[in-house]
Amino acid sequence: MTSYIIRRVLQAIPLLFIISIISFVLMTAAPGDPTDIYFMVEDAGSVDISYIKEYLGLDQPYYIQYLKWLKALVLDGNLGFSFQDNRPVMEKIVERIPATLTLMGTGILISFIFAIPMGIYAAVKRNSWFDYLTMGYVNLGLAVPSFWIALMALLVFSLKLDLFPAGGMRENYDQFDLLDRLRHLILPACVLAFGIMASKTRYMRSSMLEVIRQDYIRTARAKGLSERKVIFKHALRNALLPIITILGFQLPNMFAGSLFIENIFAWPGLGRLAYEAIFLRDYQTILGTTMFVSVMVVIGNLIADVLYAVVDPRIQYGKN
Amino acid sequence: MSLSNPVINQEKPNQKHVEKEYKIENRFLVTWRRFKKNKAAVVGLIIFSFLLLIAIFAPWLAPHDPFVYELEDSYLPPSWDHPFGTDDKGGDVLSRTLYAARVSLTIGLVAMVITVAIGVTYGAIAGYFGGAIDNIMMRIVDAINSIPSLFLLLIIASIMVPSVWTTIFVLSITGWTGMSRIVRGEILSLKRRDYVEAARASGEKKSSIIFYHVLPNAIAPITVLATLDIAGNILAEAGLSFLGLGVQVPTPSWGNMLTAAQDLTTLLSYPWIAIYPGVCIILAALSINLIGDGLRDALDPRMKQ
Repeated sequence: MTSYIIRRVLQAIPLLFIISIISFVLMTAAPGDPTDIYFMVEDAGSVDISYIKEYLGLDQPYYIQYLKWLKALVLDGNLGFSFQDNRPVMEKIVERIPATLTLMGTGILISFIFAIPMGIYAAVKRNSWFDYLTMGYVNLGLAVPSFWIALMALLVFSLKLDLFPAGGMRENYDQFDLLDRLRHLILPACVLAFGIMASKTRYMRSSMLEVIRQDYIRTARAKGLSERKVIFKHALRNALLPIITILGFQLPNMFAGSLFIENIFAWPGLGRLAYEAIFLRDYQTILGTTMFVSVMVVIGNLIADVLYAVVDPRIQYGKN
Repeated sequence: MSLSNPVINQEKPNQKHVEKEYKIENRFLVTWRRFKKNKAAVVGLIIFSFLLLIAIFAPWLAPHDPFVYELEDSYLPPSWDHPFGTDDKGGDVLSRTLYAARVSLTIGLVAMVITVAIGVTYGAIAGYFGGAIDNIMMRIVDAINSIPSLFLLLIIASIMVPSVWTTIFVLSITGWTGMSRIVRGEILSLKRRDYVEAARASGEKKSSIIFYHVLPNAIAPITVLATLDIAGNILAEAGLSFLGLGVQVPTPSWGNMLTAAQDLTTLLSYPWIAIYPGVCIILAALSINLIGDGLRDALDPRMKQ
């Protein structure tokens, strides 16, 4: 078990290494470099750019620049400085994390609350009207772009019906007001959940169908257990296991979805930071955010895999 | 009567006789027969064909010129003259939606073809050679997969000058990883078969073994994933164009038609700008997903859930 976890962690390291190379390549490919900032100052003509380049190490070959960049990243968590306001990118990211985590956490929670019962019931009552309805929703949910559903939810629930505020994270800036926060949170979180719920429901349904076909379920039924007990005590436990993997699997999608949703609902999170940075052509911030999000995805997958191994004793530790 | 001994009776079986006794259906017909039984898939096929027809015949169907803006006619509600209303610059929403079908479907299809070409080649090489090469190649795929594709799309799209072709380029170079994984997995299991061993023993070139003997047997999962990729591409293009980094106005795309709706007053007062292009995106993605699911069941009944 411990050796499995260690091996899994070690496997993540080359992954992070390759991600850092991709990020660096994209960063050097991006137009503009840190010296551009000096041109914004008056009397820029008199500044000796070659001296500044030497000072910043930009005259050195790319692999040395890469190693220096990596060293600063790993040792100090330094992702460079924003072209926009010259603040450290890491600082800008860190102040946005709580908002994104709140949104995504609530979205995940809502999606689980609905997806699991729906998937189970659809599988148990296979080919019933509920099953068809569920599958209809699943197909629709996989085809609807998250930004469109966000626009529609905004139009119907906050602009027409005026049930929720149209954007932002809070109105009461003086103190922490839970009700105010919740009112702002519900709509974007539901929109995020709408998308990620579809594949969870589908996954849950097929996983449940897989399990109830198995012999031990027939045995449980043959013993004369009530259907309720068979499903909830025997089948559910095993059917729930694969859901852990899909949580890690969906992380990239969730970050993508939250980019649109944060932007439409003016939610001050990581996605909005990246979006704003793109329009300011602030490449340092875009790449810093991307790098950060990718590392979160790798870590998320790692946690999901380890969790899976903890819950499912059948998993093979020996191979892969 | 005893069975004929194949060693003694070496005469060739009568070809015509065999054809009469066993009606050998070709693979396409078998697939089509199974596909037809899936109602959802047939509905998907009908919707998608409908969208394709719209795309092809857009010039004849559109009531107005989609590239002409009549600024004094902006924000008109749906009427006889403008069935879907007009947008923020006075473009006819119906005509633009019809022309956008051309743009969005073309991008989805062309990007799919390139994705398949890259993904199949990459996956086949990794799967066939195995070992260290496979390990390195697949770690790269894992790394690319860990970067949320939208962020990668946005970065590359923001570095380049946005247009239809850069959109296709961006979708192609980020979208091939799923295909390469599937192909690699198929190749890994196929290459242990005896007939591949025989081809190797007879001294065939590695490239001809991969592309002539192994790949044709992996056609089923490739077809399914390629179909689903079209839907993914259409959704990704819509997202990019919505954010202003994909197809640029005046070229209409379902995604960039929604950009104007980001403004709350526009959204509230002129909702038709947002509704029709959105419905088209959903119809396109939904129908392709249904076709893909139908194909999966039809091509490989074992995978049926």
